[in-house]
Amino acid sequence: MAFEYAPAPESRAIVNIAPLYGLFIDGEFVESSGGDLNKTVSPSTEEVLAEYTQANAEDVDRAVKAARKAFEKWSALPGAERAKYLFRIARIIQERSRELAVLETLDNGKPIRETRDADLPLVAAHFFYYAGWADKLDHAGFGTNPRPLGVAGQVIPWNFPLLMLAWKIAPALATGNTVVLKPAETTPLSALFFADICRQAGLPKGVVNIVTGDGRTGAALVAHPDVNKVAFTGSTAVGKEIARTVAGSRKKLTLELGGKGANIVFDDAPIDQAVEGIVSGIFFNQGQVCCAGSRLLVQESIQEELLESLKRRLSTLRLGDPLDKNTDIGAINSAEQLARITALTAQGEAEGAERWSPACELPSSGYWFAPTLFTNVTQAHTIARDEIFGPVLSVLTFRTPDEAVAKANNSQYGLSAGIWTEKGSRILAVANKLRAGVIWSNTFNKFDPTSPFGGYKESGFGREGGRHGLEAYLDV
Amino acid sequence: MSEKTEKTEPRLSVFKTYKLYVGGKFPRSESGRVYEVTTKTSAAGAAGKGNWLANAPLSSRKDARDAVVAARKAFGGWSGATAYNRGQILYRVAEMLEGRKAQFVHEVADAEGLSKSKAAVQVDAAIDRWVWYAGWTDKIAQVVGGGNPVAGPYFNLSSPEPTGVVTVLAPQESSFLGLVSVIAPVIATGNTAVVVASEKSPLPALSLGEVLATSDLPGGVVNILSGRTAEIATPLAAHQDVNAIDLAGADDVLAKELEIAAADNLKRVLRPQPVDNWSETPGIDRMTAFLETKTVWHPTGSLGASGSSY
Repeated sequence: MAFEYAPAPESRAIVNIAPLYGLFIDGEFVESSGGDLNKTVSPSTEEVLAEYTQANAEDVDRAVKAARKAFEKWSALPGAERAKYLFRIARIIQERSRELAVLETLDNGKPIRETRDADLPLVAAHFFYYAGWADKLDHAGFGTNPRPLGVAGQVIPWNFPLLMLAWKIAPALATGNTVVLKPAETTPLSALFFADICRQAGLPKGVVNIVTGDGRTGAALVAHPDVNKVAFTGSTAVGKEIARTVAGSRKKLTLELGGKGANIVFDDAPIDQAVEGIVSGIFFNQGQVCCAGSRLLVQESIQEELLESLKRRLSTLRLGDPLDKNTDIGAINSAEQLARITALTAQGEAEGAERWSPACELPSSGYWFAPTLFTNVTQAHTIARDEIFGPVLSVLTFRTPDEAVAKANNSQYGLSAGIWTEKGSRILAVANKLRAGVIWSNTFNKFDPTSPFGGYKESGFGREGGRHGLEAYLDV
Repeated sequence: MSEKTEKTEPRLSVFKTYKLYVGGKFPRSESGRVYEVTTKTSAAGAAGKGNWLANAPLSSRKDARDAVVAARKAFGGWSGATAYNRGQILYRVAEMLEGRKAQFVHEVADAEGLSKSKAAVQVDAAIDRWVWYAGWTDKIAQVVGGGNPVAGPYFNLSSPEPTGVVTVLAPQESSFLGLVSVIAPVIATGNTAVVVASEKSPLPALSLGEVLATSDLPGGVVNILSGRTAEIATPLAAHQDVNAIDLAGADDVLAKELEIAAADNLKRVLRPQPVDNWSETPGIDRMTAFLETKTVWHPTGSLGASGSSY
């Protein structure tokens, strides 16, 4: 039974969104040479939030030139001075975090509880962490005086718009690179607000450039001959295309791509904690998380008990207005993504898996999808193999630890996994055998700027976060 | 004493049949093809070909696929072996090479057109390289891994793990020191390798297979193919069960083609690096290029009445 809550909406008055945004190039907002505009909408209401500029190849070239020009001075600055700029940025983000959280929730559709308690604190922490590295690179294990690469072209996704910006920009600037960043087509606003933070921090012009637009803008950026480093977070299909584009060049490439994380629950796991972990594993950010625990592998003997608890828990999740502080499940980011989730779940049913959702009323406007469970899933099912990127959990079973490991590793991806058991030696043995870059034992979806994140196999290569994250931006 | 008056014929030497090294065995190419390998002739004054040395196997794409199967089969055991054990085995390779030094000096001199003394310098450096990497096997994890001070009640540990099956295109010019310099870092960390030997000078590589086979290195950890680099490398770059590729032996045009093919399953690609002098002490880059970082989060929690809690 769901408890009744009075509405508790966060005020959106704290955010002032302009009707139209240009491109942020060389320290100022400019118009495109082409003049094409796109609209960004609030996924929970379909309300148009703002118009923004579609950058064409000429605009991208202008941004790369600005970054190139800025590189000379920025890379020559003493690390301690670069550090202070980044510390300033971290502090300004902390000061403006409520405004940015509301903005992110409006543009992305995710609950304010998440933007306020997860995204924004992590964004500030990431800048704070890498700020400290800027004058300590000699001690990072990449030799003395490691050099930056030059201009970094960075393309980020819509699921954590500002956090992914932080993951890209903070290490790039700390190591002395300058950047041209393209935010996702459906969530450009927080990156454009970040441009204003750069202004407030007094960051030298051209060090950070923001070009908005769709995939064409991103393609022009990664193909630009004067870009020295390409960093991409997004789908595996686009990641492969980018790898082909940069082939034969000297561009350094890091890719953080899709996943189909296995969340493995052994029969001795604490059921209540495991249920909470399963929920945060797949319903955090509506499951639109590359490291989501989208495959539940449960030991056969506890399947019934676990599923019963899980269903009971899912029935208490509150879906609705993302700005409401009590909301657990927000809107799907776009009509396109909703269509993809809808199609894949329909295929799950067609292939014979059993579908279940809690009773859940969906708002009449906006893009919404109820939390969904599939049981009777086999490894051959599409919903057990393809990344759905939505609030959809596929449940499979196993009998022995070896079988659990084999099933978990039976994927083209290798980004994340979870292990739930009371037995410490089993955690270590299983973690050792899983071919995945991030493994959570008795927890899930935890992130920290000091902790390297990234995948095995077709989940991409390179690491973001921690000392490891510096390597992507150094000429080593 | 008629024997004494007989003219002594010089003894006819026994030629070696050079064969591939795949899965711990020494097969011929399944295609039955061979190609002629000759001495390297000095640039000036040498007209036409060098002297015949051997007919080396001309590997086919099927040989390449067989080598991948062998390398994949060996991966579990080799990556699961202790780092200490891998170090012991790499050191054993150096020991075995030391004992067969004369043979390799001879082969390298022929392959690279070097004097005996210059070839000996190459072979010595190659032996020492095995020793250098033998020592790395149980140290690299401490250098590139470690605990991460996350802001929460978690023990968070990052550890390097081998990427898997690595295709290695050996350098074309440095037939032995260059070869060892690209194989050793790949297997030191627990990867297994499919090696494409220098196209023109494959004999030191094929002989290295014989050394590896007698060094306690499990079969399949290193597989060595000779033949046309482009012919063998193309199916390997596209192979879905190969995890990474070192393009050291590819020219720019081939390297680009292979990098494009490698994107199909997002192989880790080490692009050709200009190397003037293989005898310089290597850094750790050739190891880290084929390592993944695994990060594991463990709740620490507090000790409640019933033990751990998270």
